[in-house]
Amino acid sequence: MPGLEDLYREIILDHYRSPRNRGELPVPPAHKVEGFNPLCGDEVVLYLDVDAGNGQVRDVRVSGQGCSISQASTSMMSAAVKGKPLSEVRKLIRAFKALMSIHESKLEGDGGGLDEDGLAPDGADGNAALDDVRLGDLEALQGVVKFPVRIKCATLAWNTLQQGLDEVATPSPAG
Amino acid sequence: MLDVTRIKADFPILGREVHGKRLVYLDSASSSQKPSAVLDAMDRVYRNSYANVHRGVYTIAEEATSAFEAARARVARFIGATAPEEIVFVRNATEAINLVAYSWARKNLSEGDAIVLTEMEHHANIVPWHILAAERGVELRWVRLTPDYRLDVAELERLVDGARLLAVSAMSNVLGTINDVRPLADAAHAAGAHVLVDACQSVPHLPTDVRAWDADFVAMSSHKMLGPTGIGALWARRELLEAMPPFLGGGEMIRDVRLDGFTPNEVPWKFEAGTPAIAEAVGWHAAIDYLDGLGMDAVREHEKTVTAYALRALEERFEGRLHLYGPLDPEVRGGAVSFLFDGIHAHDISQVLDEDAVCVRAGHHCAKPLMRTLGVPATTRASFYVYNDESDADALVDSLVRAEKFFAL
Repeated sequence: MPGLEDLYREIILDHYRSPRNRGELPVPPAHKVEGFNPLCGDEVVLYLDVDAGNGQVRDVRVSGQGCSISQASTSMMSAAVKGKPLSEVRKLIRAFKALMSIHESKLEGDGGGLDEDGLAPDGADGNAALDDVRLGDLEALQGVVKFPVRIKCATLAWNTLQQGLDEVATPSPAG
Repeated sequence: MLDVTRIKADFPILGREVHGKRLVYLDSASSSQKPSAVLDAMDRVYRNSYANVHRGVYTIAEEATSAFEAARARVARFIGATAPEEIVFVRNATEAINLVAYSWARKNLSEGDAIVLTEMEHHANIVPWHILAAERGVELRWVRLTPDYRLDVAELERLVDGARLLAVSAMSNVLGTINDVRPLADAAHAAGAHVLVDACQSVPHLPTDVRAWDADFVAMSSHKMLGPTGIGALWARRELLEAMPPFLGGGEMIRDVRLDGFTPNEVPWKFEAGTPAIAEAVGWHAAIDYLDGLGMDAVREHEKTVTAYALRALEERFEGRLHLYGPLDPEVRGGAVSFLFDGIHAHDISQVLDEDAVCVRAGHHCAKPLMRTLGVPATTRASFYVYNDESDADALVDSLVRAEKFFAL
């Protein structure tokens, strides 16, 4: 049986207690995007300052509320993508979601639907492309996959980030 | 007084261990566990008397039909209905409310009409009305909460004025608050409105008399009262059922079908299209027998005692660090105890509790408007029933001590 220490690694609790990049950015020029976990009411609000010219996430701020896993994951995500080229950030999103879903597919009795966000099937090519991605501290979150109902908590920030970057890349007609 | 040691022994699942520890089940407000009497009754149907109901003329079909209809009569008697025909079997309380929304309300309500709801309703008693409101331009009005988690009835008269329906929970699944239905119904009726009571939380825990409530519609579920999932009931006054158009169409709900139309069956079968939950009805019957065997007055007294004990233990152990959401007076509340620790999310709490085999619910409890009113994203909820005693409350508190330590800043 997986223990609490598998889920709540020290680095996760540290991010939960001292979240990085908390706050807001003026909108515009920053882009604001919100994500919700309808199951538990977790809420992630991201302010993304994307430099389209240089293809870089110049700055990111986060607000919202939720459990330790969702808030720590959000904090760690913000630290990992701040100042990074967009291409690298996109790769990181895929790598993190793969970390969550590779294990997920191994779970017995997986009713599907735990991750319906359109992640490409993890073919050999997909994995190879992600091999050079360094997850660093984020790997501490892999214990979450042993607690299937908490996976959504960990992926919330990343799905929200992906949504935000997509919106920046393709602004909606409403602006 | 209930003999909880004996009661626990009636529930096979309570004998198992989780993570090497005694199962402490404190989530009955979500769904209750089932005694052997219920499991055996359902098993007997399938082994001895199973056939479709209201169809065959052979012996076992007649046995199944008579067991199914006996369950209807049993439910009727349990809640003080005048006749079994006032009980429509549905899947659950949610479906019962939807039946009223789709059949009665769509026939009787139109643009400009108003429905009065309360801030403490479960989504099941909100969303069907939102759907109706969006479709028909019906106005939704809301009874607010007082600071001590009761309904602000001072507003009621103004709110029901000109309204067509008051839809209210008899007991909050989050706060535990028991709403005194009769005065609410009186106020609604005085204004010419009908009254729907979501009794899903109250019927399992309190003696129920729908006539004393003077309600028009009452919704309930079997699975929260020791019975199986998949069956519940809508009680309604017979003349209302008679006047309501059918909800779902199909077999059983008709008297005649022709190429140019159909004639609906009599109530309540008019609302029971398709093969119903037969074994589940029999299981529900057994659950009601079990509860009546304990005595609903004794059930209520027992839950008051255990809830009061738990509230006191939580307050004493955690003082100001734990916030309770709901009335503190056991006289006006049921056994659903919602709480939150400063700085620790409800899900993290319940994760630690799971390691101690303590089952509680964490989240918004399908009451997001109420969560917004309370100003919290989620709460942890422990709920007590006939098979819980002080030892379960102690297990909860001990595990919470561990959780608080684990997440200490």
